Amino acid sequence: MADTAKPRASDASQAASSEPRPAPDRWRAVVRPLSRTWALVGYEIRKLRHDPSELLLRAVQPALWLVVFGEVIARLHVISTGPLPYLAFLAPGILAQSVLFISIFYGIASIRERELGIIYKFLVSPASRISLVVGKALSASVRGISQAVIVFALAAALGVSLNLDPLAILGVFAIVILGSALFATLSMIIASLVRTQERFLGIGQLLTMPLFFASNAIYPISDMPGWLAPVARANPLTYEVDALRGWMVLPATNELPAGVDLGILLLATVVLILIEARLYPRMAE
Amino acid sequence: MAVAEPPVVHTHELSRRFGPVVAVDRISLDVAAGSVFGLLGPNGAGKTTTIKMLTTLLRPSSGRATVAGIDVEARPAAVRAVIGYVPQLISADPQVTGYENLWVFARLYQIPRAEREARIREALAFMGLTAYGDRLVREYSGGMIRRLEIAQAMLHRPRVLFMDEPTVGLDPIARDAVWEQIDRLRQQFGTSIVLTTHYMEEADRLCERVAIMHRGRIAACDTPERLKRSLDRDDASLEDVFTHYAGEEVELGGGYRETSRVRRVASRLE
Repeated sequence: MADTAKPRASDASQAASSEPRPAPDRWRAVVRPLSRTWALVGYEIRKLRHDPSELLLRAVQPALWLVVFGEVIARLHVISTGPLPYLAFLAPGILAQSVLFISIFYGIASIRERELGIIYKFLVSPASRISLVVGKALSASVRGISQAVIVFALAAALGVSLNLDPLAILGVFAIVILGSALFATLSMIIASLVRTQERFLGIGQLLTMPLFFASNAIYPISDMPGWLAPVARANPLTYEVDALRGWMVLPATNELPAGVDLGILLLATVVLILIEARLYPRMAE
Repeated sequence: MAVAEPPVVHTHELSRRFGPVVAVDRISLDVAAGSVFGLLGPNGAGKTTTIKMLTTLLRPSSGRATVAGIDVEARPAAVRAVIGYVPQLISADPQVTGYENLWVFARLYQIPRAEREARIREALAFMGLTAYGDRLVREYSGGMIRRLEIAQAMLHRPRVLFMDEPTVGLDPIARDAVWEQIDRLRQQFGTSIVLTTHYMEEADRLCERVAIMHRGRIAACDTPERLKRSLDRDDASLEDVFTHYAGEEVELGGGYRETSRVRRVASRLE
């Protein structure tokens, strides 16, 4: 086992530097990986166009959380949400949750591609491992964005006062793209480690609920018991939700400046992508 | 003889171990440029592991290998740019169309935008799939899927095409069609081809040289003709050659994993 786990040292960086190519190519060195990453995103969009049913089915769960859970808890007045009605407090949490749920199982696509043999061809192409992993992570973001649109519409229909400033909306999209990429990459890391559907689904299920409940998605951190608050603060989902509370609803009730949240999410995503770029080739072994 | 071109694939004492298991055991071989070379052997002989090392999917445990003169361990990305690969598993994506399957690889291989569309249409035409380009691959027959995969692996005009069990699970008619395409690929593009197979007939029909692999080692390596002659019998078949060199019958059983994999391929080809 130790043998198979041998990391492909410098493989990812080599891919970008050792291809034979003509002289003035600093520009190409940047554009090539981006264009390959973009190719994978385009591929995902084509797939979803052929079969959008999954995206619509995925809208059911956030609708239930907002309409049933949200309305009931709002009547009880048990959660202190400051100036914000509970539904407006909840909407960013449910957006983050639906993005989390769609991303945390994204690794199953890698496992499926391994079982189908598609992954072998990706890994035999001259695309660097990083551009493949980023392409896959952003493919998950495409799905995340579709969830965002649905939750946005649901929240509007329920009378939540949304921030419709174009810059704020752009901010929401940026958070959704990063949040999906982050958890999808985490999911692909797990997939690269376990490599079979059964084990993957077990771990995915194990992670989903703790990530969701140990966050500020449905109640503020200030209401948590002392042992749980630090866990929530270590949870990237908390920062996703916090940034969404800054940009998605009015009035903004984010704890940290949304830009700081965004920076934390970006950093975590980059670290996870670098880890997965090392692990991804294991899928072909 | 003309001046010999350097071999397009060269291995020296190439080995791969998985824990205590030695899957490929110090194999040394040369593949002449422009030729079709067959790795012949039963499931579990080490053929796929060898192909994976040559295509940079798996790092060798020891030994050396070069493809088109490029070291697979030192410069894997450069190797990837000049090879094509048709994996043993059916690797076309059923969720999108044949055209889209080719499109994503045309972009990963950076075929310039101006040529992309024409190149994809040409590849579909070459493989006799023009009428099916805009259909979902889910609706393709097994032979069509294999031809699509070969079209994809040839899009960027690789110097060496690796094919792992290209006809496993195909019915005889679809298999003949794949064989014909392989012949045409060589004639038209001069592509060197390395394929693995456990069908003796296939090796006999396609390959200029074959290496008989058994338990990770090369038991014999020569032209099918000479291998047959070496048996000192007039009617020797490659089957007999295999039995002779491997010291046992060709046994297609394989382990549980191999069997379920082959079945999965076959069921997708139905």
